[in-house]
Amino acid sequence: MVQAQATQQPLYEGAEWTFKKLDLVFDAIEEIAKKELGLDVYPNQIEVITAEQMLDAYSGIGMPLMYNHWSFGKSFVRDEFYYRKGMRGLAYEIVINSSPCISYVMEENSMTMQALVIAHAAFGHNHFFKNNHLFRQWTDAEAILDYMHFARKYIGKCEERYGVEAVEELLDAAHALRENAVDRYSRPAKLSHEMERQRMEARQEHERTSYRDIWRTLPERSKDEDEKAKSERQKQIIKKLGLPEANLLYFLEKHSPALQEWQREILRIVRNIAQYFYPQKQTKVMNEGCACFCHYFIMNRLFDKGLITEGSMLEFIDYHTRVVAQPDFDDPRWNGINPYALGFAMMQDIYRICHSPTEEDRAWFPDIAGCGEGIAVLKDAWANFRDESFILQFLSPKLIRDFRLFQIHDNSALPHLKVEAIHNEQGYRKIRSALAKSYTVSAMDLDIQVADVEFDGDRALTLRHMVHNDVPIEGKEAEEVMKRVAQLWGYDVGLYCEDAVNGKILATYDVTLS
Amino acid sequence: MMHFIDRRLNPKGKSLPNRQRFIRRARTQIRKAVKDAINDGKVADVGHKGRISIPTKGLNEPRFRYDYSKGKHDRILPGNKEFSTGDQIKRPPKGGEGEGGKKASEEGDGEDSFQFSLSREEFLEVFFEDLELPDLIKTSLKEEVDFEKQRAGYVRSGSPSNMDLKRTMRHSLARRISMKRPGNEELDELRAEILALEAKGRKTQKLKTMQEKLERLEKRRRFIPYIDPLDVRYKSFIKIPKPNTHAVMFCLMDVSGSMSEGMKDLAKRFFMLLHLFLSTQYERVELVFIRHTHLAKEVDEETFFYSRETGGTIVSSALEEMKTILEDRYPQGEWNIYAAQASDGDNFASDREKCLELMNEAILPFCQYFAYIEVMDEQELEIFKDEQNMTDLWRIYAQLTETFENFAMRRVVKPNDIFPVFKDLFAKEQAKKA
Repeated sequence: MVQAQATQQPLYEGAEWTFKKLDLVFDAIEEIAKKELGLDVYPNQIEVITAEQMLDAYSGIGMPLMYNHWSFGKSFVRDEFYYRKGMRGLAYEIVINSSPCISYVMEENSMTMQALVIAHAAFGHNHFFKNNHLFRQWTDAEAILDYMHFARKYIGKCEERYGVEAVEELLDAAHALRENAVDRYSRPAKLSHEMERQRMEARQEHERTSYRDIWRTLPERSKDEDEKAKSERQKQIIKKLGLPEANLLYFLEKHSPALQEWQREILRIVRNIAQYFYPQKQTKVMNEGCACFCHYFIMNRLFDKGLITEGSMLEFIDYHTRVVAQPDFDDPRWNGINPYALGFAMMQDIYRICHSPTEEDRAWFPDIAGCGEGIAVLKDAWANFRDESFILQFLSPKLIRDFRLFQIHDNSALPHLKVEAIHNEQGYRKIRSALAKSYTVSAMDLDIQVADVEFDGDRALTLRHMVHNDVPIEGKEAEEVMKRVAQLWGYDVGLYCEDAVNGKILATYDVTLS
Repeated sequence: MMHFIDRRLNPKGKSLPNRQRFIRRARTQIRKAVKDAINDGKVADVGHKGRISIPTKGLNEPRFRYDYSKGKHDRILPGNKEFSTGDQIKRPPKGGEGEGGKKASEEGDGEDSFQFSLSREEFLEVFFEDLELPDLIKTSLKEEVDFEKQRAGYVRSGSPSNMDLKRTMRHSLARRISMKRPGNEELDELRAEILALEAKGRKTQKLKTMQEKLERLEKRRRFIPYIDPLDVRYKSFIKIPKPNTHAVMFCLMDVSGSMSEGMKDLAKRFFMLLHLFLSTQYERVELVFIRHTHLAKEVDEETFFYSRETGGTIVSSALEEMKTILEDRYPQGEWNIYAAQASDGDNFASDREKCLELMNEAILPFCQYFAYIEVMDEQELEIFKDEQNMTDLWRIYAQLTETFENFAMRRVVKPNDIFPVFKDLFAKEQAKKA
C-alpha cells in the first residue's frame, strides 16, 4: 500500500460511535471505495441493531423477513444458549443481497468496528452481489424483499385457513428437500399459448389426413404388443415430464398428484428461497475474500490519509487477523478451511502477482503477472468466477506453500490414509485441482434425480442417486427424507443408489403407503 | 443518499412465534422426560437438576447428505509439518479431525448428539400448562408480603462486610497508575543503586541526586496512598417486596399391612407430582412426611416410602400428628400449607368422629389445599365401583367435600391414572366449567 503523509484530522477518536461519526466515516469510505477501487454497488441501507435482534436475524437464516417455522425457533434457542453461555460470539454484521443492500451492524461494535463493517459489508459484499455472474443470473436483488414479504404473508394466511399443523407438516417436508430444490441450469422458455395452439392444430391435421378406416379391421393386439405400447407410452410420459429432473421440489410442485394449489405455492416459496441462496453457497470463498480485500484496502487508505488514529488502526488489525486466521489441521480450533482466510489470501496474492511478480508467478500466470492492474484483474475475477473456477485459475504455488497445503486420499476400504501431494513442484497442480473440486456443487450436494414415474400402474415415483467415488448416502436420514417425499407425492416412492461407474445398485430406500 | 437506520427500538422478540412453535413441537419429548424423571427420582429431586435434555427425535431436520465415513475422497488440509508425498498415515480416531461430523452438529442437523436443554421454568411450564392453583389460594398468596434482598450494582458507601475487593482494587490500580505512584520495584532498584554507590564510599554528586530522588519518591508514595477511600466500592443491595413464597407440604400415608408396595408406589408418584407443582409456584417448599398405622410418626423420606410397619389403622393419629406439627412449626399466617393423604381407605370404625372433628376444626380451615387419594388394586376397584360400597375413610371424607372447597378426593388404580387425576384436581377453572 502506498504510504501517504497524514494530511487530515482523524474523523473520530475513541471507541464510542455516534450517528454523526458514522455518517462521516461512511462518506470517507465511500470515496475510497468508489474513486480508488471503483466499486459498483447497490444503494446502501445500514441498520443498527441490538445483540438480541442479531440473534433474531440469525434464526431467520439472515433474512429480515421470514415466514414462521419451528426450525427457526430451534436455531434461535440454540444460538441464544451458546451466546448466553459465552461459548460463541455473534457476527459483527449481516448483509443481505438486496437492492437497496441492507447491512445490519451491532450496537455493541466500537467505532472502528463499525468502520470495518461498513467497508466489509456495505461495499465489499455489496459489490460482489451486484457484479458476480451467479448472483446476476439467479437472484433478483430488487425483488427479494417484496418476495419475502409476500411469502411471509401467504404462509401466514395458509396457517389461518388450513391450520398451523397442516402448514408445518408441509414445510417440514419441503425443508427436507431444500438442498435438492435448485435449478442448476435455466429451463427452456415456455411455449407461448399461440405456439401451443398451432402445434395442437398441426397434430390434429396430421391425424385427420392420415386416417385410414381400414385399420379398424386389424386383429386385436397381442399381449406383447400391449406391453410394448405401454412402455412406449411410459417413455412419452417421461419425456413430457422432462425426466430426469434434479430439482426434486420443482418436480413435486408441478406434477405431484396429491397436492392442492396452496401447497404447490408453498413449495414454490421454499424452492425460490433455496434458489436465492444457491449462489452464496458456491461463492463463499470469493465473496468473503472480496469483502476482506475491500475492508483491508479501505482501512489502510483511511489510515494513510490520516482519517483514523493509530489506535483505531491497531484495533482494526487485531480484528482483521482474527477473522482471517487459518488454524492448522491438527489445531484444536481446526474447523475446515476458513473461507475468509483463503479468500483474503488469494485476493492479496493476485494483487501481488499483478504488481510485483516473481519468476514463478510469470510462469504460472503469464496473463496477469506484472500487468500493474491489480484492482481491475480482481474485479474481473469477482464478476466472472465462482469458488471452484476461481481456485482452479488463481491459486498460486506461493499460497500453497504459505498455507502448507497437502492432499490426503481417504479410501475407507484401506486401513491408512495416503498423502497424495504436498507443497512441492509435483504437488501444486494436484492440490490446486483437488481443492477446487472440493468447492464444486457436486461435492456439496448429492446427485439425486427423479428417474421414473409409473403413471399406468400404482403411480410410484422413483428417484435415483448416482454414487460417485463410492461415497454413499447417509442411510438413516435418507429414510426420513423419503417419508417426506412420499408425503408430498401421495403414492409410493423409492430411491435407488446406483454406482455411476458400473451401474450396480448399491442400496434402495422405499416407502410404501398402505 | 445514504441513511443509517436505528432499529434498536423496534419491538423485541421477533422470533418469539418461532420459539413457541419449537416448544410446542418439543412438548411430547418434554412430557416424556418428566415422566421418566418421576419414575426414578426422589420426591424433591424431580425437576431440580436445572436442565433436562431432550432427545432430538422429531426435532431433527433430515436431508440427503453424504456419509463421509465410507468411500473414497480427497481432502486438502493446511499446515503440513512432516508429511511428504506417498506417506501412509494412521486413520485418526473418529470425530478427531473429521470436518463432516463437526459441521453437521453445529448446524444441528441430524446429529443424535445434539441435545437441546430447556430451562427448568420452561420445562415445568410446559408440563403444568393446563394447571393452576385454585383461585382462593392465589389471593392469600398475595397477602403475605416479604422482603428479599437483591443485588443492585455498586455504591461508594456501605458496610465493610459488603466491600467488593475486586472493584476496589481495580480502581486503586487505575488511580495508582494514572497518578504515577512509584512502585516497589522502582524504589528497590534505586535503593540498591544507592547502596552500591555508598559501598564504594565516595560522596559524589550522583549519589546525592539519587538520594534526593529517593526521598522525593518516598514522599510521593506517602502522598498517594495504596488504597484511597475514593477507590472503595461496596456491593449494593436493595430490598424488594415479594409475596410469601414459603410452602409446606404434608405427605400423609397409611403404611399398615393392607397397603401393598404397588399402592405405596402410586402414592409416591402422586406426592412427587404435587411437590413438583408446588415448587413451580413457591420458591421454597418444605416437606413433612407422616406415616401411620394405629400410631403416627414423622419420618424422613426414605423410611416413609420403604420401611414396613404392622399394626391396625387409625387415621386420626396422623391427623393429630399433623395438627401438632402445624402448631409447633408452621404458624398459619406465615406458611402456605398443603397436604396430600394417601390410603387404601381402611380405618377403624370407632375413629370416624375423631377424624371428622380434626379435619373440620384443626386442619382444613388452615390448609390451602388438602387432597385425599385412595389407592387400590383392580379387584378392589370392582368392589367399590358401586356408589353404595365405599371404604370407611371415603365415606367420612365425602361429607367434607361439601363444606370445604379446598378439599378434594380421588381414586387411583394404575400409575397411568396419576397424572390425569392430578390434572383433574388442579385443572384451570375455566376448563372445568366448560
